[in-house]
Amino acid sequence: MAVLVIADHDGKQLKPGVTNTITAASRMGDPVVVLVAGDACAGAAEAASKVAGVSKVLLSEAPYYAGGLAENLAALVVTLAPQYGHLVAPASGFGKNVMPRVAALLDVQQISDISGVETPDTFVRPIYAGNVLATVQSSDKIKVVTVRGTAFDPAGAAASAAPVEKLAPAPDAGLSQFKGQELSKSTRPELTAARIIVSGGRGMGSAENFKILETLADKLGAAVGASRAAVDSGYMPNDYQVGQTGKIVAPELYIAVGISGAIQHLAGMKDSKVIVAINKDPEAPIFAVADYWLVEDLFKAVPEFTQAL
Amino acid sequence: MKVLVTVKRVVDPYVKVRVKADGSGVETANVKMTMNPFCEIAVEQAVRMKEAGIVTEIVAVSIGVQQCQETLRTAMAMGADRGILVETAEEVQPLAVAKVLKAVVAKEQPRLVIMGKQAIDDDSNQSGQMLAALLGWPQATFISNIEIAGDNAEITREIDGGLEKLTVKLPAVATADLRLNEPRYVTLPNIMKAKKKPLEIVKPDALGVDVAPRLKTLKVQEPPKRSAGVKVNDVADLVNKLKNEARVV
Repeated sequence: MAVLVIADHDGKQLKPGVTNTITAASRMGDPVVVLVAGDACAGAAEAASKVAGVSKVLLSEAPYYAGGLAENLAALVVTLAPQYGHLVAPASGFGKNVMPRVAALLDVQQISDISGVETPDTFVRPIYAGNVLATVQSSDKIKVVTVRGTAFDPAGAAASAAPVEKLAPAPDAGLSQFKGQELSKSTRPELTAARIIVSGGRGMGSAENFKILETLADKLGAAVGASRAAVDSGYMPNDYQVGQTGKIVAPELYIAVGISGAIQHLAGMKDSKVIVAINKDPEAPIFAVADYWLVEDLFKAVPEFTQAL
Repeated sequence: MKVLVTVKRVVDPYVKVRVKADGSGVETANVKMTMNPFCEIAVEQAVRMKEAGIVTEIVAVSIGVQQCQETLRTAMAMGADRGILVETAEEVQPLAVAKVLKAVVAKEQPRLVIMGKQAIDDDSNQSGQMLAALLGWPQATFISNIEIAGDNAEITREIDGGLEKLTVKLPAVATADLRLNEPRYVTLPNIMKAKKKPLEIVKPDALGVDVAPRLKTLKVQEPPKRSAGVKVNDVADLVNKLKNEARVV
């Protein structure tokens, strides 16, 4: 049966994780249709039409889809649901917000944050901060699924663009209003899409001290992340958080600086290809998952590191 | 304004869980249990709103085994006025949680439900959104701030690239993110007081809710382990290995 992917986008482009979700979706059924709904999002729909494996893009625009309001988007997705065997979205902030609402309206138990597709009704998902992998089977008629982007390769570019069909918006539920966003201004790559990430923990000591990490990150063309402890201490905003309850990342190189390695942090980064840990505590648990570890004061090591590149 | 807060009893987040030998689940016998950290933040928020004179009564709800009474007592020691335990020994999946809570909401008629954004055992991140859907209420998920303004709540929520502002109509469901507040420690006098607060126990049947699981767990296993790494002597050694061995910089 057909699969509907609900795209996370900024109006112009697809967010990182959507093309990976399309890969996962193609293992659940056929054909794969992508829904791009938003305020003004023809650009994102065009981007979706150029992804390999996409048979059709549905474009639905309304001012009350701004910010991806869950009440209004879920109502739209529910009207489409009967034509599909699976409704799939990335397990991003967007997917986590909208999809459970869709599932409940359809009386379906959602399968969150899958890292594997065994069969169209059986999925693997990490639980307990990724310390356990559960294989679960759904008995619901329609499967509502969110996908861990780092667990699937991104779908490539299509040889020819898929058609984009206009879809009339569902009515405004009138329950919520989007008032605006304050996005972190950064010229660095987005965390979930970065090839290299430099992350700091409580050991950084202050927000000010993160500057030395930013200098290193800029030299490497890397994104900057933070542990929950660093966010808790107010050093960095929450959208920098890597971990069980923050972002899940799997870059080619993850450099953990002044991070002890709490279970909840490891959950967010242990699938990185190469892990480097710098910590002055020789007993830090982060060393257990590191490919290379250096026992040294970070305030000495990080500037040296930047210099040596 | 009456507020409902939900609290889940989970394996302590600092405990490394083990898979049962037969792969049927996770070993929870003799493991330290605690209140889910995000539920603590939800309770704290309700208590602060009561202290600010916005909230008049806080009802804490938990779903699960008999020992969830302890979790409810903790919520009451933090400042909840009374507790309701929907007692069941069965696995209750998020959709069923939402259905149970919908029945409790119908009885209690709160104007706001505050929940944790995610339980750190199952990591589903669904129940709040599902409850909002079943009630036909707006949802304010992953919030870092909430202000009540007449018939609305003004929300700041954590999104992937920063913060988002929303206005939602009341009644509503809100789910707490990390930076909403820092939960208080419970004091001994408050623990003693909490013992005298009312705690009602009901069964899902009595609420007319079918909690049968929809997802069947076929097996659980531990993820593959990373192979052991190497200690480097200094920064020069590290950079050399990253350039020539791992070839990532």
